[in-house]
Amino acid sequence: MAFSLHGVRTPHRKHTVGQQVFRLPVPKTVTLPTVMHIGKPATPVVKVGDHVDVGTLIAEQNGPISSPVYASVSGKITKISDLTLSGGTKAPAITIESDGAMTTADTVVPPVIDSAEDLVEAIRMSGIVGLGGAGFPTYVKFKTDFSKIQELVVNGAECEPYITSDSVTMTERSEEMAVAFRAMERHFGIRKIVIGIENNKPAAVASMRKLAEADSCISIRVLPAKYPQGGEKVLVYHTTGKIIPEGKLPADVGCIVCNCTTVAAIGNYLMTGMPLVEKCVTVDGAMVRKPGNVWVPIGTALSAVFEACGGLKGDPAKVLYGGPMMGLTVPDLSVPILKNTNAILALSDKEAKLPPTTACIRCGACTNHCPFGINPAAIALAYAKKDGEALSKLGVNLCMSCGSCSFGCPANRPLVQTNQLAKIFLREEKAKENK
Amino acid sequence: MAKLQLSVSPHIHSGRSTRRIMLDVILALLPTTVAGVWLFGWRALALVAVCVLSCVLFEALFCVVMKKTQTVEDLSAIVTGLLLGLNLSVNLPIWQAVVGSAFAIIVVKCLFGGLGCNFVNPAITARVFMLIAFGSMVKQAFPVGVDAVSGATPLTEIASGNVPSLSDLFLGRIGGAIGEVCSLAILLGGVYLIVRRVITWHIPVAMIGSTFLFTFLWNGMDVMVAIASILSGGLLLGAIFMATDYVTSPTTGWGKIIFGAGAGLITVLIRLFGNYPEGVSFAILLMNILTPYIDSWTSHKLFGGAKA
Repeated sequence: MAFSLHGVRTPHRKHTVGQQVFRLPVPKTVTLPTVMHIGKPATPVVKVGDHVDVGTLIAEQNGPISSPVYASVSGKITKISDLTLSGGTKAPAITIESDGAMTTADTVVPPVIDSAEDLVEAIRMSGIVGLGGAGFPTYVKFKTDFSKIQELVVNGAECEPYITSDSVTMTERSEEMAVAFRAMERHFGIRKIVIGIENNKPAAVASMRKLAEADSCISIRVLPAKYPQGGEKVLVYHTTGKIIPEGKLPADVGCIVCNCTTVAAIGNYLMTGMPLVEKCVTVDGAMVRKPGNVWVPIGTALSAVFEACGGLKGDPAKVLYGGPMMGLTVPDLSVPILKNTNAILALSDKEAKLPPTTACIRCGACTNHCPFGINPAAIALAYAKKDGEALSKLGVNLCMSCGSCSFGCPANRPLVQTNQLAKIFLREEKAKENK
Repeated sequence: MAKLQLSVSPHIHSGRSTRRIMLDVILALLPTTVAGVWLFGWRALALVAVCVLSCVLFEALFCVVMKKTQTVEDLSAIVTGLLLGLNLSVNLPIWQAVVGSAFAIIVVKCLFGGLGCNFVNPAITARVFMLIAFGSMVKQAFPVGVDAVSGATPLTEIASGNVPSLSDLFLGRIGGAIGEVCSLAILLGGVYLIVRRVITWHIPVAMIGSTFLFTFLWNGMDVMVAIASILSGGLLLGAIFMATDYVTSPTTGWGKIIFGAGAGLITVLIRLFGNYPEGVSFAILLMNILTPYIDSWTSHKLFGGAKA
């Protein structure tokens, strides 16, 4: 049956669109955590005192779901110690004191690609992870049987408010994207590439249309600007009509989904051999003096990035990694820019102010806003009763934490949180059963 | 530097609030309140004011006595009081209005856990309670200067084939409760609620539509009788303001349509065969009780659900 996926009309606040992108002055130090991806932390291969150049391997991949880390500045390793990350995990982080020269390592040479295996290996070596924010090691997605893949879906929706770094990719890095597409078509045999973009980005649409004109495999799907258009399952449905069932991956329905910036990063690696060491980050929020998009070496402290954007107007109420709908708050400004950081926002009291939580009035806004038709209010009741059976029936495991329910709730109930707690509860119940 | 707030996403909000929704309902009820006072005189205002004040007072008192967080600032007690007052006959004794308000707020709403926990609509239930306890709503009052034909209500007139004129129905020159006679004012409020997205069209359209349809079919396909039947009695006020109460109505579009259609059907059945001339309150009350079932039949189909 056909679905009409709901969502919410979030404010756009894309103030930084169309502004000149600039490069951050070389930071004095960078701190690179060994886990900037979903999976096991990488293993450090350098020691304190070592000299590294831009692109030198400093931590190698550890296990099948992991990703290598490369030096983002040239200089000296000064510290390797544990760092607590926003998600609460602790992992070693490598600090490099920059010599200001930004010398490129000799190891940085364009890879030679003759086969599909070579291309997967190149993507693995590049250290690229899902740059839309998920941080899943990209090469894992491409280690698949391509005879079962019909299309590559490229995520250019960028539905989160404020963020424009994917728009920058689409308008300014289309050549790199084209290189990656050509390599994938040639070696993976991909015949259909669909780029999904929200209709509030005409410049990105125009730029991608040019790519499509030059390559018959590529088509553009302009989508309504409705959050969460860039949610993986939402995007796949709106670009291909395919429904990814609960607990399945896009590959199970013959799709690979890749963020546009991830594609550009792959193209850049194929052209130059430079692994993922810098990110274009949207810096915005009412507390930032000069919001904009900035090229930042990975590992740079947030404080240095804000400084380059004219500094902060005062004490922000909240600082976020990512957008306001799904982003993570950070405890202080010393935390680094990660591989999958697409934006940092310094929100004012006014922007961060949320209404008080009051009683549920059963208005149904949550279930009517949920793109997957989940009923968070009913889940909250079932979770209060710790009713596992009801929770699975209500489809809580479908929840992708997009936040549409909480955003639209007139009582500002903590619906996303309850969904997450219910998912954890179900997982624990299942683990108990299996014992 | 001051401490940064740590919290889970989302970090922005649509700005919708329960208080704002209640305020919108109050604003939407203003035209019909003004029309009621205009038509029935100052006693109508006194009665409505007594209901509003006692509802607010009883809720505030309940919260104080039971040591619960004060909830009157969410304005829902004002909505209940306003709706109850508008559903009363202008000649009702004041003390009965106070008892009705106490029943609505204390018994129906607060004892079940307050806003959001009551399974039937407080104002409707109080009206039904008063109807049974005092029999007061049976004797309909007529607006000042309107010729009352020995207490006959429009509904009984329609049943005897004596259809009032459309302009009388629209402007409220008919007998009935304070807030239910002036169709024009009620519709104005309904349009406001839909434009403000406080309610959707589903329940009002389904309820008014089914009342129209069943009356039309029963009365030998007489369009005028069917139109008069939807513009008289408490149907419009009930369909737009009482049946759409979030707490006691289904959440999805189809659920709302079933709810409204069912309420319309029961209204017609009571009007035609019941002992009471009017059936809107009973119809909504009965459908309130069915709401959890309707909700479970009409929940959204899960996108990519395990058994989809």
